[in-house]
Amino acid sequence: MKLEIRRLSLRLEQFALEVNTDLHNARTGIFGPSGSGKTSLLEVIAGLRRPETARICLDDQLFDDTVRGYSLPIRLRKIGYVPQDDSLFPHLSVRQNLLYGTDGKSKRDTFSFDHVTSFLQITSLLGRDVRSLSRGENQRMVIARALLSAPRLLLLDEPLTALDAGLKKSILQQLRSLHHEFGIPMLYVTHDPAEAIEICQEVLILECGRLISRGNPLELLS
Amino acid sequence: MWPTPAEWQIVGFTLVACALSTLIILPFGLAVAWPLARYRWPGKVLVETLVTLPLVLPPVATGLLLLKFLGRRGGVGRFLHEHLGLDIVFTWRAVVAAAAVMSFPLLVRSARVGFQTVNQRFEQIARTLGAGDARVFFTITLPLASRGIIAGIILAFARAVGEFGATIMVAGNIPGRTTTLSLEIFETVQLGHDASAYRLLIVSVIIAFGAVWLSEALMKRSALR
Repeated sequence: MKLEIRRLSLRLEQFALEVNTDLHNARTGIFGPSGSGKTSLLEVIAGLRRPETARICLDDQLFDDTVRGYSLPIRLRKIGYVPQDDSLFPHLSVRQNLLYGTDGKSKRDTFSFDHVTSFLQITSLLGRDVRSLSRGENQRMVIARALLSAPRLLLLDEPLTALDAGLKKSILQQLRSLHHEFGIPMLYVTHDPAEAIEICQEVLILECGRLISRGNPLELLS
Repeated sequence: MWPTPAEWQIVGFTLVACALSTLIILPFGLAVAWPLARYRWPGKVLVETLVTLPLVLPPVATGLLLLKFLGRRGGVGRFLHEHLGLDIVFTWRAVVAAAAVMSFPLLVRSARVGFQTVNQRFEQIARTLGAGDARVFFTITLPLASRGIIAGIILAFARAVGEFGATIMVAGNIPGRTTTLSLEIFETVQLGHDASAYRLLIVSVIIAFGAVWLSEALMKRSALR
C-alpha cells in the first residue's frame, strides 16, 4: 500500500490540521492526545470532510486534488471505516447490517460472509437484535461490515474505546491478524500506547494537527 | 343509531378523498421537507412561508384562492379544461385538492422534524459502504425519519377529514358529489336533523380515534425496529 497525503490543510476549531506525508506500512498507527486531529485526518481520507487543500492518493487511485477541484465520491473510495461511536444501522437486523456493503455482488472467497463472520467469531450473534449487542460485539460487527464491503483500506478510529481489558485483548489479537488474513492495510487511530504497540508496525504522532514524529511504536511509545 | 346508506356513502367518499389527497401530497411533502431539513439555499424562507400559509390563512380565503386558480377562468383550471377536458371546481377533484392544500403544511412540518432527527453519521457510513445518494435516502434516511413521516401522514389525513372552509368554497356541498363528513354534519345541524348529525359525529370520533391509534401503533413499531 502507498497512501500519499500532500499539502493537507483543514481548519479545525482550535488549530489547523496540516499533514504532508506518505504511508507505506500495512498497519500504521496514528497516535496522539484527544483533540489532536486524528479523527479529522481519517475523515478526510474517507471523504467525509472536505479539506481546504490536499492531494490524497491511495496506490494509483486519486482521492482528492483540491488544485484541480477533484474529489472522488465517498462510495467509490472503497474505504472500510470503523468509527468509535456505535454505527450499526439501528433499523436493520444484524445480518442486513453486515450485508449492506456487499450490494448483492459475490465477493472473493477472502471476503465471503462465512469467512469474515467466523474470523471475527460473530456467527452466533447473527440472529440477535442490533440493540441487544454489547459494545464489544457491536464493534466486531462494524469491523465485519467494513470487511464484507471488500475495502482497499481500513480506517479504524479508536475502535476499542470503552471496552474492558479482556475484550480489548481478544479484539486486538483479531485486528493484528486481520491484515494477514484479508490482505487489507489499515490506519489505526488510538490514544492508548499499548494498543499502538500491540497492533502497529509504524506509528505517527499527531499533536495539535501536526505530525511531530514517526517511527517504530515500541521505540517511540514505550 | 346505525348510519343510513346515504350517510355511509358520505363517510366512504370522505375517507377515499382524504386518503387520495394524502397519497398525492406525500411525495411532494417529502421533496419539500427534505431540503428544508438539510440545506440552506436562497429563497428557503420564502418556501417555508408559502408552505405554512394554508395553516395560518383563514380556510375560506385559501378556498377562494383555489377557486381562482382551479376555476375555468383560472390559470390551472383553464389549462386542465382546455387540454385535458378536466373540470376541477365543484367536483370530487376539488374536494381532494382542498384537502391536499390544507393538509400539506402538517405533513411537511412533521416530515421535516423527522428528517432533522436522523443522525447523519449513519448516512456517511452507508456511503463508505458503497451506497449512492438514492440508496442512502431510501434505505437509511427514510426509515430513520419514518416516525416523523408517519406522524405527518396521520396528521395530514386527520386534517383532511376535518376540512370544511376551503372545501365548501371550491367544491360546494353537492349531495352525492362533493358532500363530505364535515359538510354533512354542518348541513344536518342547519336543517335540524340532530339524529343524523350525532350519528355522523360518532363516526367522526371513531375515525379520529382510529387515526391516532394507528399513528401511535406505527410509531411504536418503527421505534422498536
